[in-house]
Amino acid sequence: MAESLLIVENVSKYFGGLLAIDKVSFQVSTGRITALIGPNGAGKTTLFSIISGFLPVDDGRVVYDGADIMTEPPHQRARRGIARTFQIVQPFAGLTVRENIAIGSHLWQRSRAAALEAANQVALSVGLSAQLEAPAATLTVAGSKRLELARALAIAPRLLLLDEVLAGLNPSEIRDMVPVVRELTARGMTILMTEHVMQAVTALAEHVLVLAEGRIIARGTTQEVAADPLVVEAYLGRGAAKRITAGSMHA
Amino acid sequence: MKHYWPIVLVVALLAIVPFVTTSNVVLNFLITTLLIALVGQGWNLLGGYGGQYSFGHAAFFGTAAYTTAILQVQYGINAWLGLFAGIFAGSLVGAVIGVLCFRSGLRGSYFSLVTLAFAEVLRIVSSVTPITGAGVGTLIKLDLRPEAFQFQSRVPFYWIVLILVALSLVTVRGVENSRFGAYLVAIRENEDAASALGINAFAVKLAAITLSAAITAAAGCFYAQYFLFIDAAIAYGPWISIDALLAPIVGGAGTLFASLLGALVIKALGETAKLLTGDAPGLDLVIYGLLLIAVVGLAPRGVAGVLTALFRRPLRVQRGDDNG
Repeated sequence: MAESLLIVENVSKYFGGLLAIDKVSFQVSTGRITALIGPNGAGKTTLFSIISGFLPVDDGRVVYDGADIMTEPPHQRARRGIARTFQIVQPFAGLTVRENIAIGSHLWQRSRAAALEAANQVALSVGLSAQLEAPAATLTVAGSKRLELARALAIAPRLLLLDEVLAGLNPSEIRDMVPVVRELTARGMTILMTEHVMQAVTALAEHVLVLAEGRIIARGTTQEVAADPLVVEAYLGRGAAKRITAGSMHA
Repeated sequence: MKHYWPIVLVVALLAIVPFVTTSNVVLNFLITTLLIALVGQGWNLLGGYGGQYSFGHAAFFGTAAYTTAILQVQYGINAWLGLFAGIFAGSLVGAVIGVLCFRSGLRGSYFSLVTLAFAEVLRIVSSVTPITGAGVGTLIKLDLRPEAFQFQSRVPFYWIVLILVALSLVTVRGVENSRFGAYLVAIRENEDAASALGINAFAVKLAAITLSAAITAAAGCFYAQYFLFIDAAIAYGPWISIDALLAPIVGGAGTLFASLLGALVIKALGETAKLLTGDAPGLDLVIYGLLLIAVVGLAPRGVAGVLTALFRRPLRVQRGDDNG
């Protein structure tokens, strides 16, 4: 097995004249949690869509498990073991929670009964067992986020792309969700996550990439990137790092 | 097998009819109703379960009707073989339209409009080409022998269309309980989410339109044998495309009996409208239209939706009583 399950090499993406992703390169180590953070509009979701095959790139390539997957459509990448959640939840609204998850289970289970049975197990692992028969449309925000995760897990992925699964949750819901995500790496999954909730990033990610205006401006541990003046400026505006340092010296 | 008993029950009930009455009026009404139910069940599979709203199911109906008619008239081929040839031709047209539409990523109303265009192109082409009889149409020679798929009485026709409807119900029920059916519904609900889970949406939709076309094509073949005449306006006219989608939508698209229930309702409404208006020409269509608006307005999830709501309520009350 390669040491890096996913390698992104010099990927660029234009939306018309706008350069959304500018020669981004990074690697995601096998079996670890890597976080991709950055201000709104930095290109995180765009990058996820490129990796999962929903958007074509204008330049560069994506290598998964040693194979160049750039020409493959989303469903083939899913079969290879790349699962993603959507930042804006995309449930099969007319189906129940169990049926939603079973759609994922069907990738490896031909029979309806086996897929529904497998869905029960997945629901249990993300804490959705009580809502199995509820229509997906009736779930709370926290429930919908869990369902996004459950469906992705149902295809038994090796690489899991989590697009803000914690956004919109309250602090206690986040505390409930963090161990669920951590448990996944214990089961051998590799995770690339975007997140605004820094509390969760600190708790989960071993490696952090900071994306701003389509470029990676910093990488390292949470502490390292948080101390990086470039990162502070990307979030708070130019000159902010200096003002903060000056402020802390006055205090 | 427990999934199939409602079909057995419904088909058995319908099968009793010829033993109760042999009235031509009743049988004719039921035969045309079952014919529309069959046409609509094809649409229901693609539109109701798969969410791909076709406005051009006449393309499959008409191709099948012409195929079986032309094979008999021009090439002297047996009508029963014509039935299979017609179903094959209809599903082939379905597959071709499917490849063209889905390969180019047509979704929603764009798909609907392109299917409508295909049916219209076929209608215009068949109204001018010699092989279809052009403007005159194709008349199948009267040959009242079972071997020729023609009968003196309406009863055998009734049995045959009932068998075809039963087969379509079993097919759709089978799809409902399969991985293919689950994928089809997933695509209807959210195509992007479906592809993210490894579903090849193109392949699933293509299989669905082919199967859907095959069911509607069977109705086309039956039509040709029952009426022994086909022309461009009948085969590819908008009336059949409209009935194909109206029946399952009125019945409750995406449910097993949608098309059968809907066909009964729209045919009954049509007849009622005729009775109400008597001799005034065209007035029945106005009333028919108004009744349809009322039905769709009052029951947006169709007859099936109303029935589910009616049957669920007493159940809940009962459970409440048991607990109390």
